Amino acid sequence: MRKNIIISGVGGQGILTMAAIIDLAAMNLGLHVKQAEVHGMSQRGGAVESHLRISSEEIYSDLIPQGKADVILSLEPMEALRYLPFLSPEGVIITAKEPYKNIPNYPDETELLKTVEKSTAHVLVEAALLARQAGSPKTYNIVMLGAASPYLDIDPRELEQAITHYFSSKGEAVVNMNLQAFRLGLSNNPN
Amino acid sequence: MDNRDKQLLLGAEAVAQAALDAGISGVYAYPGTPSTEITEYIQQSPQAKETAVRSTWSTNEKTAYEAALGMSYAGKRSLVCMKHVGLNVAADAFMNSAITGVHGGLVVVAADDPSMHSSQNEQDSRVYGKFAMIPVMEPSNQQEAYDMVRCAFDLSEEMQLPVLLRIPTRLSHSRSVIGRSEIRPQNPLHPVTDKMGWVLLPAIARKNYQLLIDKQPKLVALSDASIFNMERPGEGNKAVIAFGIAYNYVMEVITTYRLNIPILKISQYPLPEKKVRQFAERYDSILIAEEGYPVYEEWLKGYFGNDKFRGRLDGALPRMGELSPDALARALGVEAEAPRDIPEIVAGRPPMLCDGCGHRDLFEAINRALEIYPYRHVFGDIGCYTLGALPPYNTISTCVDMGAAITMAKGAADAGIRPAVAVIGDSTFTHSGITGLLDAVNDGSPVTFIISDNSTTAMTGGQDSAGTGKYVDICKGIGVDEAHIRTIIPLKKNLEQNVAILREEFDYEGVSVIISQRECVQTGVKHRKKKAQQQD
Ligand code: SF4
Repeated sequence: MRKNIIISGVGGQGILTMAAIIDLAAMNLGLHVKQAEVHGMSQRGGAVESHLRISSEEIYSDLIPQGKADVILSLEPMEALRYLPFLSPEGVIITAKEPYKNIPNYPDETELLKTVEKSTAHVLVEAALLARQAGSPKTYNIVMLGAASPYLDIDPRELEQAITHYFSSKGEAVVNMNLQAFRLGLSNNPN
Repeated sequence: MDNRDKQLLLGAEAVAQAALDAGISGVYAYPGTPSTEITEYIQQSPQAKETAVRSTWSTNEKTAYEAALGMSYAGKRSLVCMKHVGLNVAADAFMNSAITGVHGGLVVVAADDPSMHSSQNEQDSRVYGKFAMIPVMEPSNQQEAYDMVRCAFDLSEEMQLPVLLRIPTRLSHSRSVIGRSEIRPQNPLHPVTDKMGWVLLPAIARKNYQLLIDKQPKLVALSDASIFNMERPGEGNKAVIAFGIAYNYVMEVITTYRLNIPILKISQYPLPEKKVRQFAERYDSILIAEEGYPVYEEWLKGYFGNDKFRGRLDGALPRMGELSPDALARALGVEAEAPRDIPEIVAGRPPMLCDGCGHRDLFEAINRALEIYPYRHVFGDIGCYTLGALPPYNTISTCVDMGAAITMAKGAADAGIRPAVAVIGDSTFTHSGITGLLDAVNDGSPVTFIISDNSTTAMTGGQDSAGTGKYVDICKGIGVDEAHIRTIIPLKKNLEQNVAILREEFDYEGVSVIISQRECVQTGVKHRKKKAQQQD
């Protein structure tokens, strides 16, 4: 088993939390994990990404080679496209539909979504809506994790366990809300 | 793979955990990407708390290094961590600690930032190791980083030298599953007995330098015997010498494309002479893969240039920037499919100041205040506020090194620029700004120094700042006239008043300090959360 996943978004959107949960689930399954993340300057509202690799074999490079990512999991549609050079020909983009506009020259939204649809296999998610349904806009990233889970080759139950573990210090209510967000994201899936 | 008893750690955290397990008594550091997480991990570690490992932040890398050396003098093990450019600040202590030698194990971590993700240059710390003539270790992955730290402490105590551990951003900021070794107790207090050996008077320094030179053959022999320097056999007359993390990229390419190229992996320096010589003699063409500068490529090629060594100097690999599996694939002649392009619709999204950041209101006030002057030069420094150089503010004119805002503004004032304005963060001011301020006071320089005080080291994630609550007293103590130490609160509603204060001080022909005080919104959120938790 081998999965290369690029998680992308804007600094502060919560991509490291998603990565940490996938890491945890993969580690519990006895898999090899490598996950490169961005700290420092670009965390300030800039484009950020994490290269996440899980495999039953030893993993060497911390960075995914170009054209070898199986999944781009993005919290934001334009950020999904930024990492297209990494996506394999069979790869899939799973992205939230909601743009994050903190730059003056943000492109036209309809055009942007069309570009995503044209570029490759894709799943578009109404993440903000589902997060509100789950109980808090803050669960946005966990909704996206749920939507991506069928493409990660990890049993959703393992991911749920990792979510429970990750949020356990914040109390049962927060755990349940995030589990709900995960399930809403998962059931949003067209397949 | 059995992951029980294993931990998922960033490379930086693996170094920290290894140092704790190897029995350090203290860590000394000033925050700097990509090294910050080492010290943060120790600060939060229950194991460190139980064994009373000291870990508060130092004021700068030099004070950190010297304190670590003092702990080593006392016979205990110490770790000192910094980003690559931090080693410039600590360089005086670093170079001379090779001459004094160490007593308790001393490991220096330099976290390099090739591609300058969050830095002003991409200098290669291995050059410093060579310069100081001490052993350097350069792990290829996170587990090796963990394992090496203990070996580095042992090596340091065996050879009585500091050992430099060099980790690049990719290794430091990437997580992997780490297996740990047993925990070793700290050294007991047993100070140096030969005190004269530590007094670098010329006569003693010469003797010590000779000792350092005499240790070199042993260091080379240790490198030759090191398990971290090893050969991976293959076929053909082309080969690779891969240093540190470059080994991973080479292995990625080799396993993906099923190549069978011989590799010599090097992770411990000085260069293992025998291994390199025997390996190099066997092949016609050798790719030198180094993360950072082509340090050993230059060396192996020699002054007259031996063409069989290829790498960053002849364009086989890019001359600058961090390596990648893609760069190595091209250098090894793999024809990979052309990747997809980034669609044109994608716009750049550079980092920017947070919404509600106090620096924003400060820049607005400075811009307004400067409107009436012929010169609009604002000497800047290193921190979130460097982003004030970009639109929409375009306020900051320079960013060079820690503390340079103060002294460059002074020099510009000496040359005749009026007003000469400097903006420096609180943490940067205590790191390297105070001495420059004293110069300005002694010279009576007409400069306005603005300390943008957000009560934290914000850029690296909100570490405690050394001078919080002390700035007025520091400036008074240095001799700034009290009437020209002003405090402003950078808020929209204070704009007019702040502009007036700035202009008053711009017009003053002497040293003024304006302390612009507002907490960083990011640490503000953290503090409020902490408080709320304590009240629960
Ligand atoms: S982290 Fe703090 S100082 Fe830095 S931009 Fe954000 S609010 Fe401003």
